[in-house]
Amino acid sequence: MEYLLASAIGVLTAAGIYLLLRQRTFPVILGISMLTYAVNLFLFASGRVAINLPPILLNETPTYTDPLPQALVLTAIVISFGMTAVVVLMALGAYLSGRTDHINLGAAPDADRDAGTEVGK
Amino acid sequence: MNHWIIAPILLPPLVGAVIIIAARYQVALQRIFSVASTVALAAIAIGLLVQSMSGQIGVYELGNWPAPFGIVLVLDRLSATMVTLTALLGVAVVLYAIGSGWDRRGNHFHALFQFQLMGIFGAFLTGDVFNLFVFFEVLLIASYGLMIHGGGATRLRAGVQYVVYNLLGSTLFLFALGTIYAATGTLNMADLALRVAELPAADTAMIRVAAILLLMVFAVKAALIPLHVWLPATYAEAPAPVAALFAVMTKIGAYAIIRVYTLVFGPDVAATADIIGPWLMPAAMITLAIGMLGVLGATHLGRLAAFAAIGSMGTLLIAIAPFTPQATTAALYYMLHSTLAGAALFLVVDMVRARRQAEDDSIAPRPVIAQNGLIAAFFFACGIAMAGMPPLSGFLGKLLVLDAVRDHAQVWLIWAVILLTSLVAVVGFARAGSMVFWKVDPAPDAAAAAPPPAALPFVATGGLVAGIVALTVFAGPVTGFLSATSAQVFDKQSYIDAVMNTPRAQEAEAANAAGKPLAYYGKDAGKAETGSTDTGTDTPQQEKTE
Repeated sequence: MEYLLASAIGVLTAAGIYLLLRQRTFPVILGISMLTYAVNLFLFASGRVAINLPPILLNETPTYTDPLPQALVLTAIVISFGMTAVVVLMALGAYLSGRTDHINLGAAPDADRDAGTEVGK
Repeated sequence: MNHWIIAPILLPPLVGAVIIIAARYQVALQRIFSVASTVALAAIAIGLLVQSMSGQIGVYELGNWPAPFGIVLVLDRLSATMVTLTALLGVAVVLYAIGSGWDRRGNHFHALFQFQLMGIFGAFLTGDVFNLFVFFEVLLIASYGLMIHGGGATRLRAGVQYVVYNLLGSTLFLFALGTIYAATGTLNMADLALRVAELPAADTAMIRVAAILLLMVFAVKAALIPLHVWLPATYAEAPAPVAALFAVMTKIGAYAIIRVYTLVFGPDVAATADIIGPWLMPAAMITLAIGMLGVLGATHLGRLAAFAAIGSMGTLLIAIAPFTPQATTAALYYMLHSTLAGAALFLVVDMVRARRQAEDDSIAPRPVIAQNGLIAAFFFACGIAMAGMPPLSGFLGKLLVLDAVRDHAQVWLIWAVILLTSLVAVVGFARAGSMVFWKVDPAPDAAAAAPPPAALPFVATGGLVAGIVALTVFAGPVTGFLSATSAQVFDKQSYIDAVMNTPRAQEAEAANAAGKPLAYYGKDAGKAETGSTDTGTDTPQQEKTE
């Protein structure tokens, strides 16, 4: 189980970093999503891997799994979900107004700074 | 408990929500709410600062849960100073945004601005590392909106870079927090300080990894080489008031480094003492060199201001890296100075942009702009302050830094870097200033760009410059207060005592010893069942003491 979890985190991180180093926004956003999945699993593991245990201390079971990392993961999921939505919209806006989805600013001719100039095209 | 501590975190989102819901289409109302809120925040912040001057560390337990179990807000001299600095900067920035009409160029400027302030205040006040992450996210998501305020292709694309870089930083932050939690089982800073100090010497590998990961996160925020690449494009492309507010965002990274690497991984912790400072110092020196070279090489005023911000972060981190009380005093003074000077510089650059055609800010001869003399004077003052020339506070700040690293092993190298980069910065600012304000391109259409002569932008910028002057004139009392601040920062035992031994924590301890559940309200301890206040039998939290 530990091996499975550890290798899953590792593979997701590696794939995420590879995608993050691409030039265009879409693979980069996918890479960020991969990395957030990896970090969510990692946060789970930070409370030690326990199977079939309740996340609360009960009288009939002597042990429990740490509930705090689960709360942390929940926070992290909500935040990364919101952030991914924001970055998708911003990347879309940048693509539509800049006519290019290169991450690098120098990769395309510098378009107008003003907001209004793009509307008429 | 002093409820004023949470006011800076509660007031901005409430006002922001009112602005979004009630004043969505009335810019005038938005402005009134926004200014009222920022002025109120400044008043509250000054009140908190006065309170913190007594040396007492104020602790606010959210939901009345004692320290290791609940989240606490901590008000000491350092956080009060930073909150006050942010609040005062906020007033200047919001006035400038109104005066220059920036807040009309897109929707929701004022609401986003309030949420941004909430995140910054929260990051300064919290005493819990995971909560610090959450407030980082709050301020980041507001800053994403502010960064692309006004739109435009280049700004949007710079915004995407900024978001991607910071999302990566957030992921790294979570990895660091997971590692810290796995190694120590806590995320409260005071509790962490206790547990990290207790770790057996053979068992510190994980916490060392976590310390370095966390340093990288804060280095991204503080724009430390080689993690600075997001800054120039972001700051140069962001709307000017936003860039001015961002001047305090890099300082959040510096603040977090001071806080975490004195309290949790302090210089007296054997496990991490030999990895933080020795890494930070050379990186800070290269940051300073790159920043000031960027000032010299910049072709646009926006980039010049952005690289000046990087350079000032380099100086600041040089002062932080030795982790001694004297150096931290110098760092704090330089932090106050560089925030005001950096923000003022961005505003001056924007005044030039607004008066040129097509918002052109290239460092090249152009037709003479309106109010050329006054703006040039402001630019001159900002240049002197950023480069560290006498008579303004940049000079005093650099002098304090030079003096503070006197006992450092690499003192000659540090002095050489600081002094040479100052020279480079002087040349860079002189070149830019003379090119922009003195070399006039005698084009026939000189009268084309004539913006309305609004007074408010000058008031805001003048206020920031006046702040720099005040920082210079009152350097004695300010450094006196700041040396008390750094003494308090390095006295980590008093911080731990203040957070872990609140009256509420003692109550919990007593209830635990007696085997009774902890009463919901402190006054009703022991008679929770008869208390009419709440459901009474709130679950006891001592079960997790392990």
